[in-house]
Amino acid sequence: MSTATSTVRDQLAVRSWKVPIAFGFMAAFAAVVFAVFGPDGRATFRLSQDSDAWQLPDLVLPAKITGIIAALGCVVLAAMSYLQTRTVGRTSRAVTSSFTVLFVAGFLIWIIGGTKTQNITLVGLSTGAMLIVTPLVFGSLSGVLCERSGVVNIAIEGQLLAGAFTAALVGSITGNAFAGLLAAAVAGVLVGFMLAAFSIKYLVNQIIVGVVLNVLVAGLTGFLFEKIMKIKVGGATIYNQPPHLPNLPVPLLSEIPIIGPTFFRQSILGYLMLVLVAGIWFALFHTRWGLRIRAVGEHPQAADTMGINVNRTRFLNVLAGGAVAGVGGAYFTLVAVSSFSKDMTGGLGFIALAALIFGRWNPIGAFLAAMLFGVAGNLKSILQLAVTPVDGQFLAMLPYALTILAVAGLVGKSRAPAASGVPYVKG
Amino acid sequence: MTDPRTEPAPEDSLSAAPAGSPGGADLTGAAAPMKLPRTGPGKDERGKDLIREIMTGSGLVSVLAVVVALLIGAVLIAVTDARVAAAAGYFFAQPGDTFAAMWAAVSEAYGSLFRGATYDPTARTWLGQLGIFETLTFATPLILAGLSVTIAFRAGLFNIGAQGQIILGAIFAGALGFGMQLPPGIHLLVVIVGGAVGGAIWGGIAGLLKARTGAHEVIVTIMLNYIAVNLVLYLLKNQLKDPASSNPVSPPMPGSAVFPLLLGPNFRLNAGFILAVLAVIAIAWLLNRSTLGFEFRAIGANPNAARTAGMVVSRGYIVVMLISGGLSGLAGVSQISGTERSLDADVAGNIGFDAITVALLGRSTPWGTFFAALLFGAFKAGGTSMAVNADVSIDIVLVVQSLIVLFIAAPPLIRAIFRVKSPTINPPTIKPPTISAQATRGAAV
Amino acid sequence: MKSVPASDTNLRMVATLKLELKGITKSFGSLVANDRIDLVVEPGEIHCLLGENGAGKSTLMNVLYGLYEPTSGEILVDGQAVKFSGPGDAMAAGIGMVHQHFMLVPVFTVAENVALGRESTGLGGVLDLEQTRKKIREISAKFGFNVDPDAVIEELPVGVQQRVEIIKALVRDARILILDEPTAVLTPQETDELMDIMRQLTAGGTSIVFISHKLREVKAISDRITVIRRGKVVGTADPSASTTDLASMMVGRSVNLSLDKAPARPGEEVFRIRNLTVMSDDGTRLVDDVSFAVATGEILTVAGVQGNGQTELTEAVLGLHRHVRGSITLDGHELVGRSVRQVLDAGVGFVPEDRRIDGLVGAFSIAENLVLDLYGKKEFSRGSMMNRTAIAEHAARKIEEFDVRTPSAQAPADKLSGGNQQKVVLARELSRPLKLFIASQPTRGVDVGSIEFLHKRIVAERDQGTPVIIVSTELDEVLELADRIAVLFAGRLMGIVPGKSSRDLLGLMMAGLSADEARAQLSATTTLKGEPS
Repeated sequence: MSTATSTVRDQLAVRSWKVPIAFGFMAAFAAVVFAVFGPDGRATFRLSQDSDAWQLPDLVLPAKITGIIAALGCVVLAAMSYLQTRTVGRTSRAVTSSFTVLFVAGFLIWIIGGTKTQNITLVGLSTGAMLIVTPLVFGSLSGVLCERSGVVNIAIEGQLLAGAFTAALVGSITGNAFAGLLAAAVAGVLVGFMLAAFSIKYLVNQIIVGVVLNVLVAGLTGFLFEKIMKIKVGGATIYNQPPHLPNLPVPLLSEIPIIGPTFFRQSILGYLMLVLVAGIWFALFHTRWGLRIRAVGEHPQAADTMGINVNRTRFLNVLAGGAVAGVGGAYFTLVAVSSFSKDMTGGLGFIALAALIFGRWNPIGAFLAAMLFGVAGNLKSILQLAVTPVDGQFLAMLPYALTILAVAGLVGKSRAPAASGVPYVKG
Repeated sequence: MTDPRTEPAPEDSLSAAPAGSPGGADLTGAAAPMKLPRTGPGKDERGKDLIREIMTGSGLVSVLAVVVALLIGAVLIAVTDARVAAAAGYFFAQPGDTFAAMWAAVSEAYGSLFRGATYDPTARTWLGQLGIFETLTFATPLILAGLSVTIAFRAGLFNIGAQGQIILGAIFAGALGFGMQLPPGIHLLVVIVGGAVGGAIWGGIAGLLKARTGAHEVIVTIMLNYIAVNLVLYLLKNQLKDPASSNPVSPPMPGSAVFPLLLGPNFRLNAGFILAVLAVIAIAWLLNRSTLGFEFRAIGANPNAARTAGMVVSRGYIVVMLISGGLSGLAGVSQISGTERSLDADVAGNIGFDAITVALLGRSTPWGTFFAALLFGAFKAGGTSMAVNADVSIDIVLVVQSLIVLFIAAPPLIRAIFRVKSPTINPPTIKPPTISAQATRGAAV
Repeated sequence: MKSVPASDTNLRMVATLKLELKGITKSFGSLVANDRIDLVVEPGEIHCLLGENGAGKSTLMNVLYGLYEPTSGEILVDGQAVKFSGPGDAMAAGIGMVHQHFMLVPVFTVAENVALGRESTGLGGVLDLEQTRKKIREISAKFGFNVDPDAVIEELPVGVQQRVEIIKALVRDARILILDEPTAVLTPQETDELMDIMRQLTAGGTSIVFISHKLREVKAISDRITVIRRGKVVGTADPSASTTDLASMMVGRSVNLSLDKAPARPGEEVFRIRNLTVMSDDGTRLVDDVSFAVATGEILTVAGVQGNGQTELTEAVLGLHRHVRGSITLDGHELVGRSVRQVLDAGVGFVPEDRRIDGLVGAFSIAENLVLDLYGKKEFSRGSMMNRTAIAEHAARKIEEFDVRTPSAQAPADKLSGGNQQKVVLARELSRPLKLFIASQPTRGVDVGSIEFLHKRIVAERDQGTPVIIVSTELDEVLELADRIAVLFAGRLMGIVPGKSSRDLLGLMMAGLSADEARAQLSATTTLKGEPS
């Protein structure tokens, strides 16, 4: 009697050739660049720092041969993608992920082999990346909280900036970094409150509110920076000298090669980030709270008829998201550098948005995407010093370009919460 | 559900991204899982409501929004003023001093803002005295970029990418400007067309991806903005670098490739302003009188009905983004051939983002955008003089501008503040006015 | 909110409950949707709320379910005045509702949907769905629902989704169950099954409020009928009242329920569909190998339960679908692969299923909507410039001809009533010479007066010799307009039968039997009950 049970799926008839075509182009690029014009010599990856307790030997690869192998692998996988699309209608996940790994590896070896020094310290790469990753993850988590409940948060950038400013100001006044942290959370909540009030209560388009709030926060922090933070007492700018959050290495764990220095020699914010990623993921998918939030984000009417207050849920989530992003903003002034400067977030809030989308609205996905973007960003700064075959500016474009590919459906599927961006009007 | 609407919608015959399909990495809420007429209109209708709300708010609300925003700005100026702080120290002894100091701070700031934007007899230069012409100069790129946002908006697309399109326009215009030697007149024409093409390419990418894959234009244009910044930085280090300079700047534009000055060498006002006015007239005609504009508006208000009526929605998206990008590209031209005269990484300033607020304040009509751009141009011109004469950072202008837009977008708030009655003449609709993400079926962030 | 112990109280005889609504008024601005409505639902009865589309039935039920707050008036449960500030309060008071558009989260499982709002949790709010699964299985077994608690909603057929909705209410110990137009998505046989379930429920002491505008069903199941018109109660009736009496109560004047229609004089079969298959983007066959032809001067109606491929069939003709195989010819010209514009220009008039989504641009004026697919024609534009005068004159003519009730041609289309909106769409599509006319759900959500007018225009178009295809899920409409009836099930054509076929035959075909199988089964059983296996 049903319609759905008796329908026939015909994957072949509607197959899309986007993935094989994209892979084909990338494989061709790999073949030409990594293999044919691959650099001679070796690419050295240093796995340990001198200060590490356990020293791992360097990983030394002959650049040209590894490049050829990677390129060959890419070609084979692209062909497999073509065959799979022809026979079953879609490229398997295994092929997609292997292709990605091989391509990235080939790319790294090509770059490192092409520099003069031909070596890179992986630890340096990953620890440096954390400077970008930490605020990115906080920003993305803010986005996850908002969008899972149905509110698009374009104002992540503003929340980060507000957090950075307030942490610096309050930290300087009180001399207490934790007071600064708390104030940053409050500032993020305030921006979140405006987003929630305008988009939920006054039903203003969420994208408009987000865009405008970014401008508002930039203007406000800029104005107050000029007016307050530049006040000098005795030759020093007393309102822009926040205390520092110290690094707290975890015994033993911090000695693990690469992972230790990356994740276990951080400030308290770094650990908070890890806890939040795991905690929000678990809460979202395994608790009553999460079930309700996802219901509100997918089908608010259904949630409403089950007695869940849709707009209150959204409001609270946006406030929580604001707090998370505000704390992330504090990282700029309490950990990364020790003073506030105008527009210091420099668009990182938008990369956080990109990580959120690339990570498919999932806290862990967003974290991994942020890691990828962070490493790309840091690679750029490292390579700026060396003569490389590719300009750092192109690496800087990578997160943005990948996100465009993701939303265009060329890289995997990403499906936003169905009601995200749609205000809920009762009745 | 088996409601047929939930089946991959016939987004259009070319688009590859129906509800929940790979292209569904979309911004504004994917195809609602089911149609829920009682609980709210379909998304397309919401888009329509957004456009309507933005376009039909009363003029009174606009004026009040400006007033409230200026008042909040005044409070900020007053409380951060050093003299006010000093007077507040003995507030209970002489409260009058505090208020006098506040008045002095605010009137000084807004006074110099107003004079800087219009006429200031005390200034030493012609340029400083007749700030009105600076206002027009600053307004020029805002008009063009504002139109860019406006026209895309009318077709249901949210072009956040004016910033990137301006940069691309400037890159193209610059490359043609200092890279070629052509007779005067022709050279400028080539530069103008080239700049428009550059912006159109950048806008067109977003339009094409929207049309073919359903990729949401907000995300794509935001990302393209940053790609454009990195691109111009790269070019300024390499191909477009001025060999004579150690900074990442291009060589100056030759005289044959810049807009002639309209009021002689004492003023910066140039023929770019005339170009902007012509663009307003052209876009007004296009939107209101032409068949193409009819298609754009139909697609923007209800893409499904437009498609059913035989319009090719995907082509509409591409064409409107080409035009929109082209207009932003012209804004880039007006920068590099008008006021900047050479390319640097900051050629777009904040124009691309100001353009969004300009278009919203102008209620997405061409002439509304024109006057909104004049107002924001005045803020810029006056803001500079305010920073110099009253020591109030120009950042306050950003605050005021964003507050204006927020208040305008939320008429109920303004009405609540002033207890103005809602100006509804039409029979009240069952639901409150819904401003929400414009979207086509099958799209969501 | 009253907390309900997680026992299986709903499976026992539940306490009966009397519900009274006194003077309920609900207004939105100056629009009064409900005007001083009184209603008493006795324990264990099936009380029908009968009214036309837009009469205010759903609004009233949303007030009762706590979704709206009444402007004035009060709700009494067992004589006690109650105040619902949200559905949670209504549920706690023992009121459950199955909405016309199901309130199920498509990406959630059945158990998650049922649990939502009253979840069992372990330490720290961790979800525990085991109890919910158990209750779903119990209820499912009791009523023969056959629902898997772990199935994902979006993969379930509508009939099963409706059962999930009923389970949701039962798990919450609903003693008054509101069913809002529950039969719209069901075959006649499924409707019978639903009625059995309703009787089973009332036998257990549950009261049911049944909302419908279908007179036949109302008469078949109700204990009492309350008729609502324009937001007011206009009277109560017994199920034994005659159909014409009920209809005139509902509409407010005597109505002619049957359409005067001359017999068809079919000519040449100019429109042909051969082996048409339409696929969704994920490869689901929405229309599966369908072939038929329509002659000039006849109306072919396409019957079927909502969502069995009718929409896609018509959209494929218009060129709105990407994945189309097979052939569609009009006058020998192939339409597959043509753009929508080319198909329209070939002489196809098209009235889409949902006028608000696909038929009209709500923010545009009536005049603009009347040229929505004609604006590029010579009469309405010069080059790339719109001819405003011609458009205004055209609007004036069409408003007159189709009796569109509007203050002005410049009024936005979404300010019109459903019936007048539909007249605008029809006026536009009939304003050029046609070789084929297709209309989906031409009278959905339209008042009875407009229905009569629209039906007459459609028959008039047929009588001019145009082949007409009408898609409708309302069996009454199908039978009224049809010269021949094609029945679709799961995208497949079950057969084409004469316009005067019996409801039972059509019902069996709508449930997936071919015309021959259905006839065989009908002759085998005299009393047909339940679903054919």
